[in-house]
Amino acid sequence: MEATYNYKVVRQFAIMTVVWGIVGMLVGVIIAAQLIWPTLTEALGPLAPYLSYGRLRPLHTNAVIFAFGGSALFATSLYIVQRTCQTRLLSDGLAGFVFWGWQLVILLAAVTLPMGFTSSKEYAELEWPIDILITVVWVAYAVLFFGTIVMRKTKHIYVANWFFGAYIVTIALLHVVNNIELPIALSGGGWMKSYSAYSGVHDAMVQWWYGHNAVGFFLTTAFLGMMYYFIPKQAGRPIFSYRLSIVHFWALNFIYMWAGPHHLMYTALPDWAQSLGMVFSLMLLAPSWGGMMNGIMTLSGAWHKLRTDPILKFLITAMSFYGMSTFEGPMMSVKTVNALSHYTEWTIGHVHSGALGWVAMISIGSLYHLIPRLFGREEMYSTRLINVHFWWSTIGVVLYIAALWIAGVAQGLMWRATNADGTLTYSFAQSVNAMYPFYTIRLIGGTMFFAGMLLMAYNVWKTVAAGKAVNDARIPEAVAA
Amino acid sequence: MDVGILGSIVTVLFFILFVAIIWWAFHRENKGKFEDAANLPFQEDADGARDAGKRLTD
Repeated sequence: MEATYNYKVVRQFAIMTVVWGIVGMLVGVIIAAQLIWPTLTEALGPLAPYLSYGRLRPLHTNAVIFAFGGSALFATSLYIVQRTCQTRLLSDGLAGFVFWGWQLVILLAAVTLPMGFTSSKEYAELEWPIDILITVVWVAYAVLFFGTIVMRKTKHIYVANWFFGAYIVTIALLHVVNNIELPIALSGGGWMKSYSAYSGVHDAMVQWWYGHNAVGFFLTTAFLGMMYYFIPKQAGRPIFSYRLSIVHFWALNFIYMWAGPHHLMYTALPDWAQSLGMVFSLMLLAPSWGGMMNGIMTLSGAWHKLRTDPILKFLITAMSFYGMSTFEGPMMSVKTVNALSHYTEWTIGHVHSGALGWVAMISIGSLYHLIPRLFGREEMYSTRLINVHFWWSTIGVVLYIAALWIAGVAQGLMWRATNADGTLTYSFAQSVNAMYPFYTIRLIGGTMFFAGMLLMAYNVWKTVAAGKAVNDARIPEAVAA
Repeated sequence: MDVGILGSIVTVLFFILFVAIIWWAFHRENKGKFEDAANLPFQEDADGARDAGKRLTD
């Protein structure tokens, strides 16, 4: 039998990326609407508690990060590792286990979070039985990925695989360390409640060491792996500088680990640790922009392709948002800026500039490249719809982040304003009231981005219907490099 | 040895290691090797070779 690639698991994860993207973003739209109309879901009677803002918000973050982003990363990493190592995945059984295991994790999250089961750690809310399941699935994923690299037929390990490798190792470390917790079942309590093994400021520091590295390695490094494969492929030319990509990789790894304390400015965390977090965050600007230049300059000499290829537009716009948010992030970690920006809507705006502009757009572009290849088509059903999707997403993100920039700065200034006698100029309720117009613009922007995903789903549906699942993608026999 | 000294030593070692990585990445002798690696996404099939156009090295 001729050697072929395992496209089945890639296809499964690629389709679920679209599904979970729609679910996660819909929940985002609902909670954005709740901020404007707080009683929106109260009319639902017995269902209302499960759909309250406090329960839905972690559902939104978990769904978009781990279900949508996670599925996109599984799909692309398992595709790229096979194609660039010119070998089939280590094991089809293990690949199936990773897919179904991850879907089970997502399903359990979708049930337990609305029910109110939470460890109350941001982006790590899932309770201990699910944490254990995540660990098992993740170890299987690591064996699958690194096992495939070991079996490779090529001499070199392509740079995208280095980025995915760092992501897999780091997420394992972060997840295990941050979720060391004691189930109260040990002392006769319920099965779905645990307490962190850390307390006080240590707990806060471990949490934000986790939290920021989840941003650094899940939402950055891994998606850079995507970038280093799909931008060259879609542009039809190798990465601008492979050597720069090596420096990009190692600089991110050396620096990211120390940036976490910038989430704890002006708290009980020792001042030196806050300063350390700020300095390392500022240093991150250099490798981040080096990486951004590397992606964008890959188009050097082929800029005309940007005019006609909406997939390339997605990928390159994603790099621009990567550059913008990695400039904004270090700036916000400067203590004096943080004094204004922290706890305001600015932070939410910053996160979505990264999450929608960078992470979602690079994933969407990559999927538009990937899906026709998985279903034996030359291209997507409609290139025109990709273009429409691109503009809806771009305008949506810009509305979203611009609204929250203004909202955040206004909020920060109102909170700190004092009268001559030292009393506060504005009550808290006044600052909430000032948010309404911006929340409305944010809802419009978010809805546009969400609507774009529906367009994508239609386009994917038509492509899949016209195509046929590819299970015989041949692995080339002669290996040149 | 206290934690502060240990931390300083590790920081200096990591810095030296990072400089060594940059030196390795930009060393003239490694140029060809990295160009080969950069072409990996295009050395997969006839279709890929067509995409890569004239910049495919081998």
